[in-house]
Amino acid sequence: MKKSVIFGALTVAGLAAGAAAAGTLDDVKARGKLNCGVATGVPGFAFTDANGDWQGFDVAVCRAVAAAVLSDATAVEFVPTTGKTRFTALASGEIDMLARNTTWTFSRDVDLKFTFVGINYYDGQGFMVPKELGVSSAKELDGATVCIQTGTTTELNLADFFRINNISYEPVPIETNAEAQQQYLAGACDVYTTDASGLAATRASFENAGDHVILPEIISKEPLGPLVRHGDDEWGDVVRWTLNTLIAAEELGITSANVEEMSAAAGDKPEINRMLGTEGTLGEMLGLDAAWAKRAISVGGNYGEIFAKNIGEETPIGLARGLNAQWTDGGLMYAPPFR
Amino acid sequence: MTTLSDPPKEGFRLSMLLYDTRYRSGTIQVVALFCFMLLAAWLLNNTIQNLAALGKPIDFGFFSEPASYDINQRLLDYNSRDTHLRASFVGLLNTLVVAFLGCVTATVLGVVIGVLRLSPNWLVARLMTVYVEMFRNVPVLLWIVFIMAILIETLPSPRAFRGDDATASMMLGDSVAVTNRGVYIPEVLFSRSLGDLHLFGNSSLRFDVSLDLIAILIVLGAGLWVSRRIKHRADGIQEQTGTRPTTWYLRLGVVAVPLAILLIALGFHFGMPALKGFNFSGGTHLRNSLIALWLALSLYTAAFIAEIVRGGIMAISRGQTEAASALGLRPRRVMSLVILPQALRVIIPPLISNYLNLTKNSSLAIAVGYMDITGTLGGITMNQTGRELECVLLLMLVYLAISLTISAVMNWYNESVKLKER
Repeated sequence: MKKSVIFGALTVAGLAAGAAAAGTLDDVKARGKLNCGVATGVPGFAFTDANGDWQGFDVAVCRAVAAAVLSDATAVEFVPTTGKTRFTALASGEIDMLARNTTWTFSRDVDLKFTFVGINYYDGQGFMVPKELGVSSAKELDGATVCIQTGTTTELNLADFFRINNISYEPVPIETNAEAQQQYLAGACDVYTTDASGLAATRASFENAGDHVILPEIISKEPLGPLVRHGDDEWGDVVRWTLNTLIAAEELGITSANVEEMSAAAGDKPEINRMLGTEGTLGEMLGLDAAWAKRAISVGGNYGEIFAKNIGEETPIGLARGLNAQWTDGGLMYAPPFR
Repeated sequence: MTTLSDPPKEGFRLSMLLYDTRYRSGTIQVVALFCFMLLAAWLLNNTIQNLAALGKPIDFGFFSEPASYDINQRLLDYNSRDTHLRASFVGLLNTLVVAFLGCVTATVLGVVIGVLRLSPNWLVARLMTVYVEMFRNVPVLLWIVFIMAILIETLPSPRAFRGDDATASMMLGDSVAVTNRGVYIPEVLFSRSLGDLHLFGNSSLRFDVSLDLIAILIVLGAGLWVSRRIKHRADGIQEQTGTRPTTWYLRLGVVAVPLAILLIALGFHFGMPALKGFNFSGGTHLRNSLIALWLALSLYTAAFIAEIVRGGIMAISRGQTEAASALGLRPRRVMSLVILPQALRVIIPPLISNYLNLTKNSSLAIAVGYMDITGTLGGITMNQTGRELECVLLLMLVYLAISLTISAVMNWYNESVKLKER
């Protein structure tokens, strides 16, 4: 094949443009700010408080990464994304990472070219209906009008569930959680379906939360977790191990209260020492400094603290740990060893 | 006798391309064209390279995979096992439906409002001015969302129709239900239907044509044709004898009687909506999303069309009105027989643009969850397959094709009404 000089030059330019996209860690450091994609507003997971500050379970992951990389938990530019816009935002480089109750699926990992760095919430799709309808099972929903966020895995599960059970429904496609809530409360749809955690969070914000029931059926596995672009493994490692730090810290008994003390001098547990930088060079291997994990933990505490503060049983959302307990407590939360 | 010798032939030299004014402009254009083509090639190549680097080369294979999602408003049969291509078609039809309904309604409203805005009645004219300014100056997206919010928040949900102490009831002899999920109206059913004609087998492009509809259209067309013949005959008699025979009952008869016979033969009846389970079932369901989009687009575009109509009318010389009045025509007939036909020549070209705008604005449908082509191909399909570039390119092509078609049809109409200079 004969290629002109000009085309050769264009190819080089194209490759250069492609290569410039890699190296997110350096980009973030140079920028001094982490661009983190979150949901447009899900109580407990990602929402703005009365002061306009972002709060929540997913937001805490962004803040931990910012603290680890930039030593400043507030150096985060939160980019609200909808179910439809999130992947384009990440693929195009508008955001460095996405922490937005996003389900880890084969096609998103392999075909959409993203890298899921872990799971911060094990979830499943559920249904919420008003109590007055007298429905006790999702199989009784024949002919119901269902509000559903478009561009989600829940949309696909819903179609499969109703088709397999040979019952019909009328989907009402909706862009954001807030719109769904409005339509559901006005009775424009009988059922709202999304991840069970999202249902609990939404119900918690209702005036009469007791008038609505979440049906017992969980129709899918929805492992939710943060993700980054495919092909930038250094950056993927930073986000992955920041999340692992939060999970391991709970297992190892490191909390926001004692992290300062434990990181001051090496203790007698080598894994804690390696994690907190008092022994070995784990931070350096990541391209960060030795105190990265300490900073990540001191922002909002370990995984258990973040869970309890944002969505746990003491909060209005009231989610039990369930599958999200540590593996030592019969849950699925399991961080690989720091060594 | 002198002989004219040819002017000395000057050989062409390369430098003449630059220094000779005869060639220079051509040279510049060729160079500019090359630069443009280089730029286009660079953009194209860069896109392809970067997509390949991302591991997502351009590929339309996803079209034949199952879409896996449901669409609530489907004019073709569709289920979640159908392909993305079929889902796109369903969306395309939904786009065309709302665009067509919107264009028709906007035209009717626009003409009426445009004419009324010139009314000598102060109150009517001012009210129309307020209407035009209100709709013209607020973005159409806000109108769509606003109308949707009104529909959802003010109308009763189907639950309100249920039970002994129902707070809402159906209208027009229990045949129409207005709910916050949409309006349920009776549907046309045939108990001895001729069935459907299935085109394109089982492919993604399969299409059912109702034979009942074809039969009705044929009978109606034939009736109208006979009716026209009767009119021509009446015209002929009037020319010869001066008296016009009364033909209205004949003309009505040839259209209505065969149609009625056909409808009875087909077993025509209405299917009434009835509350069943969670929703009304039976009848035709006009979804809120369609109503909100249709209303908002029509009202918004009508404001622009009203201004075009007003401009068109004002472009006609005042003398035309006075001349027509002098002949003894009443104001309404002056408007419909003299002014509007002339104004049409001014109105149509900008009207085409407004039809195009309305069609393109229908892509805001996703704001209310109406599954048009932007919602299916450019929304869920794009999101589930991650093929942004392919989907957006196709979407652009589709809208381009729709717009060019509307434009071609309207230009053809414009040719037929424009001033014929003889």
